[in-house]
Amino acid sequence: MRKIWLIIKREYLVRVRKKAFIVMTIVGPLLMAALMIVPTYLANETQELRTIAIEEDGFEFTNQIEDTDFLHFSKIPTEEATLLKNDFSESNYYALLYIMGDNFTLYSNQQISLTVSKTIENQLEQIIEHQKLKAAGIDLTILSEAQSTVHISTKIITEGGGTTNSKAEASMGIGFVCGILIYMFIFMYGTMVMRGVIEEKTSRIVEVIISSVKPFQLMMGKILGVALVGLTQFALWILLTIAIASFAELMFMDEGSMTTELNSTQQSILLSELSNLTGGINLMQIFVSFIFYFLAGYLMYSSLFAAVGSAVDAEADTQQFVLPITIPLILAFILIQPIMENPDGPLAFWMSIIPFTSPVIMMVRLPFGVATWELALSMGVLILSFVLTTYLAGKIYRTGILMYGKKTSYKELWKWLSYKE
Amino acid sequence: MEESIFIAKDVVKEYGDYIALNKVSITVPKGSIYGLLGPNGAGKTTLMRIINQITAPDSGSLIFDGAPLSKHHISDIGYLPEERGLYKKMKVGEQALYLAQLKGMSYDEALLKLKFWFEKLDILSWWNKKVEELSKGMAQKIQFVVTVIHEPKLLIFDEPFSGFDPINAAIIRKEILELSQKGTTIIFSTHRMESVEEICDHIALINKAQTILEGPIEKIKNQFANNSYEVITIDRVLNENDYFSIISQKENNYSLLLKEGKTQQEALQSIIQQTEIISFRKEIPSMEEIFIKAINNA
Repeated sequence: MRKIWLIIKREYLVRVRKKAFIVMTIVGPLLMAALMIVPTYLANETQELRTIAIEEDGFEFTNQIEDTDFLHFSKIPTEEATLLKNDFSESNYYALLYIMGDNFTLYSNQQISLTVSKTIENQLEQIIEHQKLKAAGIDLTILSEAQSTVHISTKIITEGGGTTNSKAEASMGIGFVCGILIYMFIFMYGTMVMRGVIEEKTSRIVEVIISSVKPFQLMMGKILGVALVGLTQFALWILLTIAIASFAELMFMDEGSMTTELNSTQQSILLSELSNLTGGINLMQIFVSFIFYFLAGYLMYSSLFAAVGSAVDAEADTQQFVLPITIPLILAFILIQPIMENPDGPLAFWMSIIPFTSPVIMMVRLPFGVATWELALSMGVLILSFVLTTYLAGKIYRTGILMYGKKTSYKELWKWLSYKE
Repeated sequence: MEESIFIAKDVVKEYGDYIALNKVSITVPKGSIYGLLGPNGAGKTTLMRIINQITAPDSGSLIFDGAPLSKHHISDIGYLPEERGLYKKMKVGEQALYLAQLKGMSYDEALLKLKFWFEKLDILSWWNKKVEELSKGMAQKIQFVVTVIHEPKLLIFDEPFSGFDPINAAIIRKEILELSQKGTTIIFSTHRMESVEEICDHIALINKAQTILEGPIEKIKNQFANNSYEVITIDRVLNENDYFSIISQKENNYSLLLKEGKTQQEALQSIIQQTEIISFRKEIPSMEEIFIKAINNA
């Protein structure tokens, strides 16, 4: 027991002290924060008022087109327009809208932003639509009265008989994020285990070590050490993300209270809405299940990755063995979308029971609500599979690590399973 | 009878259809330097792995120091495998400490002993270097230290001198002999027969998964000596007689073979009567000759 602890400690420390780990730990949350902050920042930035010049014969469109929060339209004479077309840079206009019958063209000396062109397009479409309706003899006031919007509120009847608000969007969001995280975690750290095994084999230290400890101890020590690395990174990401988010929030709040009241009120509305959104979802259950699938899925896959690492001499030879392992994982990843659309269908059910896909798929389904027996069955099957794969992987591993310079085939692997210790 | 540190009896190990060891028995006397010889693929490595409990035999018995070989003996054995290496990215000192602790030593004890050995071999300045910064020979020295650090009763070296230049090989040979004098038993596997002759006192020869020779080195040499003698005389007048025949002659250097039933004394007497002798020596085969002969005969 002391020995396996020593191995876990070494595997953990060696990886945590690596520059790549430290960089990933810091860059990860920064990237996430950037993904959240930059669009908001950019959205705020485009709020400046722009003037669009219009050139047309008559005033048909000029009269009907409406100024928006950030666009102001003004008709200019033909001569000025001709001048503009030759030299745009001197003018104060953002763009020139040239209307010629049914042809509309926007001229500018810079790339016209998509929002601007879309806004103008929509307005023009509406104007033409109204013209056509009028021509067909339809009264616009009747039309606007006939227009109506409907909002369906969905409720789930819980086992206790009460109802909770069904929050499909939030469920999708949480399920998606959890599924992707588990997929990434298994992939990243599974291959990390594999690379560790190959390193021990190619550096030829493995025989030195297994004269002191059992091969199985070495394999498990490595798997558990790497698992701790993953958990550490995950925990650090959460902490850093929270830190960065609260720091950013602080900055935004400050700015909000100084410039416009709108920003801060908008934000608090957003926050309350967010907590309202997740209200119907059992967050505690999701968190506990996440940790479980996170670990159990990793443990099952990483033992297989360790077996692959033991069977080859160099990372380049891993392809043929890694592919069958990663196919179910990638399949699960691809099926996230369709399963979110029908989280209670037979595909979703079976994929969340089969252990090779269940860690990802069950996490996707969970926020939509899953029967307790299904969850228990899925977890039970996963635990059994983990024990089985570890047992088989251990057998391949202890033979594989001592085989040098031999191209391994599937037939060979099968034979190794039958070798006695 | 002398005490034995390790006895293997009728050890069988199969990998699928392949038989790696077929009823192999060896007896390693306490305090001996025991040469484990044999061609490539004979089963030496498998036997060494079995002694180290890396693999278990299919059948046969293993006795270590009077008791059946078991898990707690791991700290009594040190093993330097032929395929050996270190973690390249890890620092020398840290790595040596890790490997010593895996052998069951406490951190403090390991640190103390390692400092002693590093000083002895004058490699203390490498302590904080990464292994990848060292040359192959330097890394081998560290591996040697890590193998002997826990002061085991039995040390197993598989081709210990490969990767060393002659100077460092001599240093390591000196350290091995010193350990032997302190009472450590050493099992020594190699293809280099001259180093077997130099340092081993017992040998076992394994061929095609079976032991074909075993015992003290002089006894085996005598067993392979075929009653031929090298005689150098003062002149060139030696003639065959009832006691010996001449196989070859090169000036005053004769190779003689005793005739059936005649003794060394009788032959010597008959030569002295003919001429004066400069040297008279029984022709003892070298280990290399024995090795080739035994394997070809098998």
